[in-house]
Amino acid sequence: MKDVKSKNATPGRLSAEIQSRIGHQLRAMYDDVVRQGVPDRFAELIRKLDASEPNPQLGTAGDKNDGRE
Amino acid sequence: MPLTDSLRDDILASVPSLRAFAISLSGNGDRADDLVQETLLRALANIDSFQPGSNLPAWLFTILRNLFRSDYRKRRREVEDADGSYAKTLKTQPAQSAHLEFEEFRAALDKLPQDQREALILVGASGFSYEDAAAICGCAVGTIKSRVNRARSKLSALLYVDGTEDFGPDETVRAVISGNG
Repeated sequence: MKDVKSKNATPGRLSAEIQSRIGHQLRAMYDDVVRQGVPDRFAELIRKLDASEPNPQLGTAGDKNDGRE
Repeated sequence: MPLTDSLRDDILASVPSLRAFAISLSGNGDRADDLVQETLLRALANIDSFQPGSNLPAWLFTILRNLFRSDYRKRRREVEDADGSYAKTLKTQPAQSAHLEFEEFRAALDKLPQDQREALILVGASGFSYEDAAAICGCAVGTIKSRVNRARSKLSALLYVDGTEDFGPDETVRAVISGNG
């Protein structure tokens, strides 16, 4: 850990050290949000919609955003 | 399929990772939560088109990703968040010592082309397979792999390689990351 040799940063081939740092930071950023759990507004939203049929003002089944582009 | 109790619970259980994905993509907490809300509304309105037994998180991520992209095209000029307001959305602020490093990372991530950023997040943080990530982004598996590799190379160049030929002890790296090097 005290004597990490890089491979002179060959393009396209990252050192394991850097790969691991990037992976760690990315997951730290992401997991920080995941750990916040489900905010009340979303739990309420699902609960409210649960009983009723899909609201007509919401997206429709033919909407292009319901799946692949 | 109809919205069963277990399906509803599964959707709710996906909310934390949907939020993380939305914040990672948009860099803006308020906007991310609006995206998640719209994703949930779309999902519930189109629940009949969900195939039982298929990958629910991938289906939800696909909806969110497509919403983000169509929204992005409309609001391109508002998207950038260079002032780190992302960090303000976190309930637990990063520890002071790690804060600069965190901001640097966030800023570097925002500099990636959108295709590369989303591929890296899906594979590197959300934990999707290359195959699922390809399905979510509507492209080939090889394309995802190449985007992830390019994203990693670019982040590496932005964060770790600039101005350094070699890596010394961790203190040196940290100084470079925090802009004191």
